[in-house]
Amino acid sequence: METLGSAPRWRLALTALLHHRLGAFGLCVCALVVFTALLAPWIAPYDPSVSDYEAILSPPSLTHWLGTDDLGRDILSRIVWGTQVSLQVSLIAVSGAIVLGSVVGMISGYAGGWIDDAIMRVIDAMLAFPTLILALGIVAVLGPTLVNAMIAITIVNIPNFARLVRAQVLSIRHMDFVSAARGLGASRVRIMFRHIWPSVIGNVLVYGSLTASTALITESSLSFLGLGAQPPTPSWGSMLSSGMQYWDAWWMSVFPGVALFSVVLALNFVGDGLRDVLDARITE
Amino acid sequence: MTLVEVRELHKQFVLRKGLFGKVSRVNAVSDVSLNVVQGEVLALVGESGSGKSTLGRLVARLDTPTAGEILYNGANVASLNARQLFAFRRHVQMIFQDPYASLNPHMRVRDMLAEPLQIHGLARGRNAIGARIEQLMGAVGLSSTLASRFPHEFSGGQRQRLSIARALAVEPEFIVADEAVSALDVSTQAQVVNLLSDLKRKLRLTVLFISHNLAIVQNVADRVAVLYLGRILEVAPTEDLFAQARHPYTQALLGAIPVPDPTARRKRIVLKGEIPSPMRPPSGCVFRTRCPHALADCARIVPPLRPVGAGRLAACIRDDLMSGSAPQAIASTTSSRAIP
Repeated sequence: METLGSAPRWRLALTALLHHRLGAFGLCVCALVVFTALLAPWIAPYDPSVSDYEAILSPPSLTHWLGTDDLGRDILSRIVWGTQVSLQVSLIAVSGAIVLGSVVGMISGYAGGWIDDAIMRVIDAMLAFPTLILALGIVAVLGPTLVNAMIAITIVNIPNFARLVRAQVLSIRHMDFVSAARGLGASRVRIMFRHIWPSVIGNVLVYGSLTASTALITESSLSFLGLGAQPPTPSWGSMLSSGMQYWDAWWMSVFPGVALFSVVLALNFVGDGLRDVLDARITE
Repeated sequence: MTLVEVRELHKQFVLRKGLFGKVSRVNAVSDVSLNVVQGEVLALVGESGSGKSTLGRLVARLDTPTAGEILYNGANVASLNARQLFAFRRHVQMIFQDPYASLNPHMRVRDMLAEPLQIHGLARGRNAIGARIEQLMGAVGLSSTLASRFPHEFSGGQRQRLSIARALAVEPEFIVADEAVSALDVSTQAQVVNLLSDLKRKLRLTVLFISHNLAIVQNVADRVAVLYLGRILEVAPTEDLFAQARHPYTQALLGAIPVPDPTARRKRIVLKGEIPSPMRPPSGCVFRTRCPHALADCARIVPPLRPVGAGRLAACIRDDLMSGSAPQAIASTTSSRAIP
């Protein structure tokens, strides 16, 4: 404890996470995805949207490691480029949901009274819809593009974060250290962000990493239905969708499916790891 | 000179079960009037549920009263505007009971002590703030080398010292210490009590000392107010109160102080039953259901707090008991019992 005493809080958590077996594994996979997305132009062996008419629906081979699709495009290259879509969805859409949901939840929990009631009824109404149905509805209204799919994913995930944060705020706002801050003359904004938020963020991060995995699935589902990333943008969901029409060409759907599965699993590992690590710090 | 004047203060909490559920009301503080004189330590004693903490929080303006006034230097605390309230915060600080709940677990000591300085602009710049933090930690007997640590790295006593340091950061003149030592080990209690007494003397503080520990109260307080079910039953200078309690409840409280001598025999009142629910307090005198001297009238009349001697007030309608002429008669009634 002596040596860690002066380290920033996030570094303590990260160190602990790296010592958590599954968490570290998940983190490595996630790092790999980020790396792949950033370096896609150099990693991908082929242009993901250029067709090789000599090799339509060719099975995995030395020239096309994971085979090609119905238009003769290299599956490996498309999976590599597809990480960019996945990353955008899991980072940007989920971050958006975290920020907006947290702000709504903090206001609701800290203000209380009719403000709380009003906000929570809207949130309840949103929660009444199944996630995918709500996302479908939003994309149907906004139009089928990747950006709109991300907006939809952000919106459908706001209620969960709002509820989570509100519940935490309710339990923390009456603690003595919050009273003490009030007694010192701290403003509401200061109390919310300096005193309440740090106690909330751990759970939000855990839930965020789990949400990132469901968001990936939602995006894939939307793309699968033709409502997310539009051709020729490579997205794992749309790859699965087109693979469905060619059952003989198993490589068209299996490899994107494996990619999706691995990242979702990795994100869940990170979430579990974070929860264990942060829990340990609380009970310490 | 009176620093704080509490006038007919009421605080009612409304509890509601569900949207259309039954509404129940809890009178945490009922018709409390009290003065705190500049420079004194006024102790507030009573069982749990007697409204001590609520009264403390009201005086520190962490809760708002349902009715009544709290005058701080003549100004009503409940009707301060935002700017006046901000100024008031500098004068009045609170120390909480549980040192594990009163320090933000995610803030380093340094940030915790810097915060009040920043909020009130009492020190500017890294060096000035650092120097002041060092000074504050020194004042409560902690080494400033511990400033970069988190609260969970400290013991209960150290945490309470930090809590005191944070309260002192704004240079307050009035401190509400809510059971400030009751969560600590007995050996640590003494140290923290001594620290508070020292600081009180050095910084000329006025203290509202809330406690259920009468042995500590006897040592630190100048005057004592006894609370029961949200009402004040007796107020007296500490020495007088411990020498001769007037109100039957106070006598029972004093009788409950353990004496470190197993062979000692003393007469004392042993109260029967539990403190009644504050949701349904008894009519008339709140203490009558457990009072060995209750008369029929006690159920009808709410006894006013009235003078019963030099600087003493008590709320009881029995003149014969309040005169102080026959204190021993009280302790030898049927409900009293000598400890074997």
